[in-house]
Amino acid sequence: MLYREAGDFKTRYVDDSQTFPIRFDRWRYYAVLAIAFGVVPFLINDYWANAVFVPFLIYSIAAIGLNILTGYCGQVSLGTGGFMAVGAYACYKLMTAFPEVSILIHVLLAGGVTACVGVLFGLPSLRIKGFYLAVATLAAQFFLVWLFNKVPWFYNYSASGQINAPERTIFGQAVTGASTTPAAKYLFCLVILFALAWLARNLTRGTIGRKWMAIRDMDIAAEIIGVNPLTTKLSAFAVSSFYIGVAGALFFAVYLGAAEVGEAFGIQKSFLVLFMVIIGGLGSIFGSFAGAAFLVLMPVVLKNLLVGTLGWPTDLAAHIELMIVGGLIILFLIVEPHGLAQLWRLSKEKLRLWPFPH
Amino acid sequence: MKKRLTALAALALACATPAFADLNIPNLSYRTGPFAAGGIPYADGFNDYFTLLNERDGGIGGEKVVVTECETAYNTEKGVECYEATKGNGALVYNPLSTGITYQLIPKVSADHIPLYTPGYGRTSAANGKIFEWVFNYPANYWDGASDIVNYLLGENGGDLKGKKIALVYHNSAYGKEPIPTLTKLAEKHGFELIEVPVDSPGQEQKSQWLQIRRDKPDYVLMWGWGVMNAVAIQEAANINYPMDHFIGVWWSGSENDVLPAGDAANGYKALTLHGSGSDYPVYADLQKYVVGAGKASGAGDQIGTVLYSRGMYAALVISEAIRKSQEMTGHAAITATELRDGFEALEITEARMAELGLPNFGQPFAASCTDHGGPGQAMIQQWDASARKWNLITPFIAPDDEVIQPLVDADSAAFAAENNIAERCN
Amino acid sequence: MSEQLLYAAEAGLNGLMAGVLYALVALGFVLIFKASGIFNYAQGVLALFAALTLVGFQNGQVPFAHLINAVFGTQIHEFGWRLPAVVAILLTGAVMVLLAILVERLILKHLVNQAPIILFMATIGLAYFLEGFGDIMWGADIKKLDVGLPQGISDTVESVTDSLFGYGFFIDRLDIVASIVAALLVLSLTLFSQFTKYGRALRAVADDHQAALSVGISLRFIWVMVWSIAGIVAMVAGVMWGAKSGVQFSLSLIALKALPVLMLGGFTSIPGAIVGGLIIGMGEKLFEFFIGPMIGGATENWFAYVLALLFLVFRPQGLFGERIIERV
Repeated sequence: MLYREAGDFKTRYVDDSQTFPIRFDRWRYYAVLAIAFGVVPFLINDYWANAVFVPFLIYSIAAIGLNILTGYCGQVSLGTGGFMAVGAYACYKLMTAFPEVSILIHVLLAGGVTACVGVLFGLPSLRIKGFYLAVATLAAQFFLVWLFNKVPWFYNYSASGQINAPERTIFGQAVTGASTTPAAKYLFCLVILFALAWLARNLTRGTIGRKWMAIRDMDIAAEIIGVNPLTTKLSAFAVSSFYIGVAGALFFAVYLGAAEVGEAFGIQKSFLVLFMVIIGGLGSIFGSFAGAAFLVLMPVVLKNLLVGTLGWPTDLAAHIELMIVGGLIILFLIVEPHGLAQLWRLSKEKLRLWPFPH
Repeated sequence: MKKRLTALAALALACATPAFADLNIPNLSYRTGPFAAGGIPYADGFNDYFTLLNERDGGIGGEKVVVTECETAYNTEKGVECYEATKGNGALVYNPLSTGITYQLIPKVSADHIPLYTPGYGRTSAANGKIFEWVFNYPANYWDGASDIVNYLLGENGGDLKGKKIALVYHNSAYGKEPIPTLTKLAEKHGFELIEVPVDSPGQEQKSQWLQIRRDKPDYVLMWGWGVMNAVAIQEAANINYPMDHFIGVWWSGSENDVLPAGDAANGYKALTLHGSGSDYPVYADLQKYVVGAGKASGAGDQIGTVLYSRGMYAALVISEAIRKSQEMTGHAAITATELRDGFEALEITEARMAELGLPNFGQPFAASCTDHGGPGQAMIQQWDASARKWNLITPFIAPDDEVIQPLVDADSAAFAAENNIAERCN
Repeated sequence: MSEQLLYAAEAGLNGLMAGVLYALVALGFVLIFKASGIFNYAQGVLALFAALTLVGFQNGQVPFAHLINAVFGTQIHEFGWRLPAVVAILLTGAVMVLLAILVERLILKHLVNQAPIILFMATIGLAYFLEGFGDIMWGADIKKLDVGLPQGISDTVESVTDSLFGYGFFIDRLDIVASIVAALLVLSLTLFSQFTKYGRALRAVADDHQAALSVGISLRFIWVMVWSIAGIVAMVAGVMWGAKSGVQFSLSLIALKALPVLMLGGFTSIPGAIVGGLIIGMGEKLFEFFIGPMIGGATENWFAYVLALLFLVFRPQGLFGERIIERV
């Protein structure tokens, strides 16, 4: 009823190609933004920030980054954890070396450093394809983790190799360190996520995004119609790594506050972000959010339900939680192999005709 | 987005806050994941001791203790989630049994004013109470442990380790790298050669490392391992016929889990320990009567008396004594986290008190102070008897070399203080 | 021979032995990939699950004891019997076949003709599920696995090499057994696929699904069969690794050791898995021996991947993989 195109006349081409062509969608989008920026920061407390919102926002950034590479450009990568580590350590080195520069700039620079590293490890993608490439990116994962663990310069020669985020402020508000308010953490991540998601959406529907998708669909054919595989693949690696690097920097500086490379950025992280992208939907920005929400929230909800409400022993609950998450992944794939984003798309199609489907 | 909101609503429902308890002690444990084998007995011991206090004495000073368990799977993110989920309920003290989570929590507990108790693990320099107001790691830390072993070896070799080769097999992580600065200093002081042999987590495959040890023929091998790495290392050491009584692990490499998979081959392996083990102590009669017999044992109830169970129990004992101390100091039973911190700082545990609690000759006596949050740092050596399936204590408590360790602690904590703008206390 | 060379030879030889163990894990991947195009992430968890089940049967553990106790308030842990190793192995094999049937019924059947990445994802879901299921069924504590495999240094090898070169080589007897078992396994798999009806059907499916279907080969049966074989290969791998370290969670991570082997050998080639395993095993041990001490050690995890990566740049389909022919 509310959700329909009828009566929504477009008079300019720009209107036709906007992200949310249906009026209701647009309003919903503004409403979500208004709630996210205007309501949540006033209600948020430590638990909601640290257990739910901040990890969700940061993983969304990482998932968008990986989705650009895997979903849009078709290059499966399992090096996400390693690239996040590059972002985190770059941010740490910058924070401690130039304490007077704004943390926002450090985070973006950390993304830039990661982009360079990403391009370097993206080079083999010109020769290696498919699962071979996925496994090859694991080389980046393991090598980077080893490097940050082994070279003391990266962790400023501290005794144990842990890195700690010192306190940094923006407009007088602490955004890293222990005395940060939950609202500050949340808003800082939200602003970055909003900017990056907006950028990603517009990149992927522009020339460069179309080139990526051409390469994804068939790289030889794309080459024949004049898409340069070298620049296209490497630009996908660069942009994707930039996002992942920013996510890594935020993960370390804002969310955890202290990190150890093997534990925080291990191979599990690479898999986790890949799961988010696939469950959410390859080649969809919304899918990145949905996947991140699913894999961040699901365990928390299950844990609270099983342990908090039903009072089960924690170990049984943890095992059953694994089984349920695994079962749900399989179920989702069987019901809708193209991810949550596709489910969302289908339900929108249905909604358009509701309540009078023909 | 809608989906997200419904999920959030479901979560909000699921988050029904439990009622405020009188003495709420969260137990961030791990019974799943790669280190579950170590986490299970520790958590059981920790829970069972508080159950015993509740059942036998009606709590501490008349207040019941409520232990809220939260599963971390040894994962720092889940650790953060657990911390945030439990701290709102008036949590008194945290004991996460993970060096990674400890590093994470140190700034957080300092801001939230909740004590963090990390016996035998965590950040070593937290022993310096001048900088780390909210963290306690007595009775001993890693650097003490390294020094204890070297002092033991000095005793074995008539006070001279010149020209000896000592290899350190360590978990290639923050935890495993802890003893290296101390051992390097001690190597300079006593003239032995230190060979560093890193093992990548989880340590399922250690062939190269042990081939290297076989070639280098070190006089002693020390181990800083956790989880499966311990079991594999002991098996590989046995495979190369390395003399087991020259192989010494830190206290986290000396539990039944580590030696049992190797069977008879592990006979003679030595490890540090902070406390006695086995169920020959009087407290176990009470445990049997009030907890196990009553069907209130934590977990499967099959871990009682093991090394890590004893360690969990020991941690619970120290916490309960600190609670008692602060009840005494404040004069009321329902203490707050800040008051408990004062109790931790004023805590003194004597041998007489340990005997009174049913654990004579179990742990070392110690007294904390404003500057000293680290305790005397002594440890005993225990040796595995494979045929009796039992750890035997073979030395009394060995003292560490404070001359070497204190400057290291001061330097590291000063670096932390400088990085985080912390002013020294206790002046 | 100089001492350094002898040490290197010893390291290389041990690397070869370790490589056989890697190949054993990789074999399970190859079988499933060849027959169904699925990159089976759950292979490592399968090994863990098989080893847990084997130990559970041997010690007469009650499955789901903890769950039962928690729900009904009972105190049961063990049946009180101990099965001989052979019976336990056979029973575990039966469980793995059952698991294969269930996987086919509940998962694969519904995902026919999906993109490879979707199938890959489904096996990840399976891995999650089995991880939780295995723990809930048998408990998460460390278990000793004893099926009577020998362990420790082989004195014969040591004394023979000592008399030949003046330095006794270290070879673990378990590794020798593992190599023999792996060789037998590969031999029987080869015989099976070359000379039996079902083996031929398997190869036909691997060549071309649709053509195989059109000549009346049941795809679903082949999938059950190949998952059963992979399950049994996983059991063998789980036993070999579990004998060393005890059976616990980290056993599932051995899959990571097999991935570079797969890259090097090609996802579709059984000989490739073996040769790849040997090259990776020897390469990483020699690198750790020569270069490791210079750059701080613990290089094995990444070196295998970097070696495979360098190799792939020159030969993108792996050592024995099918030549990739791309047409527009």
